[in-house]
Amino acid sequence: MSITIQKWLLGALQLEDTVLADLLGDILQAFQLIFSGDPEIYGIVSRSLLFSGTAIILAILWGTPIAMLIAMKEFRGKTILKTVFSTLIGLPTVVLGLILYLIFSRGGPLGFLGLLYTPGAIIIGQAILVTPILVSIGVSAIESVDPEIMNLSKTLGASESQAQMAVLKEAINGIVLSDLASFNRAIGELGVVLLVGGNIAGGGNRTDVMTTAISRYVQIGELGLAVALGILLVLILFTINMVVVILKRANYLVELAKGPYAKLKRSREAKR
Amino acid sequence: MTVTAELKDVTKVYGGKIVLDTVKLQIHEGEILALLGPNGSGKTTVLKILAFIENPTEGEVTFNGEKVNFKNTEKVRLQSTLVFQKTTLFSTSVFNNIAYGLKLRKVPKETRNKAVKKALKIVKLERFEKRSARKLSGGEQQRVAIARALVLNTQLLLLDEPTANLDPKNAGILEEVIDTVNRENKTTIVMATHNMFQAKKLPHRIALMDEGKITEIGAPIEIFGKLSKNLASFAAVDNTFAGTAKATAGGTSVVDISNNVQIEIATRRQGATVVFINPRDIIVSKTAVESSARNVFKGKIMEIIDLDSLVKLKINVGKLFSVQITKQSFNEMGLCLNAEVFIAFKASSVQVI
Repeated sequence: MSITIQKWLLGALQLEDTVLADLLGDILQAFQLIFSGDPEIYGIVSRSLLFSGTAIILAILWGTPIAMLIAMKEFRGKTILKTVFSTLIGLPTVVLGLILYLIFSRGGPLGFLGLLYTPGAIIIGQAILVTPILVSIGVSAIESVDPEIMNLSKTLGASESQAQMAVLKEAINGIVLSDLASFNRAIGELGVVLLVGGNIAGGGNRTDVMTTAISRYVQIGELGLAVALGILLVLILFTINMVVVILKRANYLVELAKGPYAKLKRSREAKR
Repeated sequence: MTVTAELKDVTKVYGGKIVLDTVKLQIHEGEILALLGPNGSGKTTVLKILAFIENPTEGEVTFNGEKVNFKNTEKVRLQSTLVFQKTTLFSTSVFNNIAYGLKLRKVPKETRNKAVKKALKIVKLERFEKRSARKLSGGEQQRVAIARALVLNTQLLLLDEPTANLDPKNAGILEEVIDTVNRENKTTIVMATHNMFQAKKLPHRIALMDEGKITEIGAPIEIFGKLSKNLASFAAVDNTFAGTAKATAGGTSVVDISNNVQIEIATRRQGATVVFINPRDIIVSKTAVESSARNVFKGKIMEIIDLDSLVKLKINVGKLFSVQITKQSFNEMGLCLNAEVFIAFKASSVQVI
């Protein structure tokens, strides 16, 4: 069917069967792949989401405490540490990929783990990649919270750690923003996934994700597949950003942050 | 008389500056104690130490007869709470703000809901539960902060300038709340204030503070009754001036408060006198108007403070006067910083302390 549409379009636009026509064909094919739910394309998309999603969760687990430590404690070298993290945001992904490749490769210090060219390496690599973003934005979000919140919570009976949680809650918008920026960076980067993931497109342990697959399809001339992945990648980023903007406007984020805990408590109370 | 808390020779040093200097202070169970003094006299630091969020540099504090270990104040903090001068609220609903301390204390949900409702009723903010706390007016926000402290029913309630920067309506509500809580719940209250009227009306005892020291302590009648030289330190308090009075032939007196400012008062006085003029009793005009007011001064507007429906002006006429006018008159008169204005008040509006 696509060929018919293509021919009709070419006629309507009075175009010769040229490079432009090829391009048009690729774009049409891309939409066809997207709307037909092509398993190859969506397999790659779900791998991307899975790897980057896991990487972000991992990075949040260690990045949030680091951000809290830097923002809430006074210590020597605090400014230097903050500068280091904000500088690392701009680290070229290919350089980090190279460093991780050397560490994970067979002769490297962590070579014995056998992680090179596995999903594990991609997840760890992306988690490390986004840590500076998480920490830097997290620190400034926490530091912009009214400094009296800490004392306020304490006068209301909070322990040191409960008071810190209260401060974190006040910073929730900035924290979510840092999580989002991190996810965007992770899912859209190429250097780390390519060097430590290997872009393996066959077998049971595939490591090709959207960005690496795009570069491979371009190389082998499968432009329709590449364009389809490109469109989906932009669509994913756009959707996630929109959802957050809408949630923020509806002021759901704060409620969302304590959602799971409240649910757990409700079910416990119901059991009683 | 049971002593709830006691400061024993407490000294506090911040960055090399002594803010509290060997302060001795006993807080009796069930009383309202006012800390009265100018800004920077150490009132807030005393409150922070009593809330156990600041530790003394030297000296010790006892609470219910036991020495407080400032390295571990988690337990004792549950029995004392402080309402800050600068209203600080969590950016969530009014309900969540007030319920916060109860949640920490693991109070069951139903009791918690009832307690929040009751606290809101006390501060006259019924049905405000779902409102976003930071979107309320300044006066309502401060009332939420008070409710959040009240709901905990702590042994000790500390208030730092609870009515500073509030319009009279909100201030009145808060004063009523303080009085009610003290009488009905027997809550021991320590409040910092530089509002003389509040200090005269509410507390059972007053501690005068100046430069990190408690200079005098006693019942309001004693403190206001005798003209101690410490009262001169009140000069830092709004519209309170110390000077020398001379009786006039007409049965009134004139108090010279220096800087070429002489205030006429309606009573006969001779010698050292401290006077106070309520900011509400002063009239502001752009030109000198003929009136029955015996005191008229020309000055410049130094500061404009916005309080909900009112505006507070600081006017320098040689001495700094605080004046309160409605926002409507402020707008209609088109006043601005550095504008030249006249202030006027009657001799009978001047109160001799």
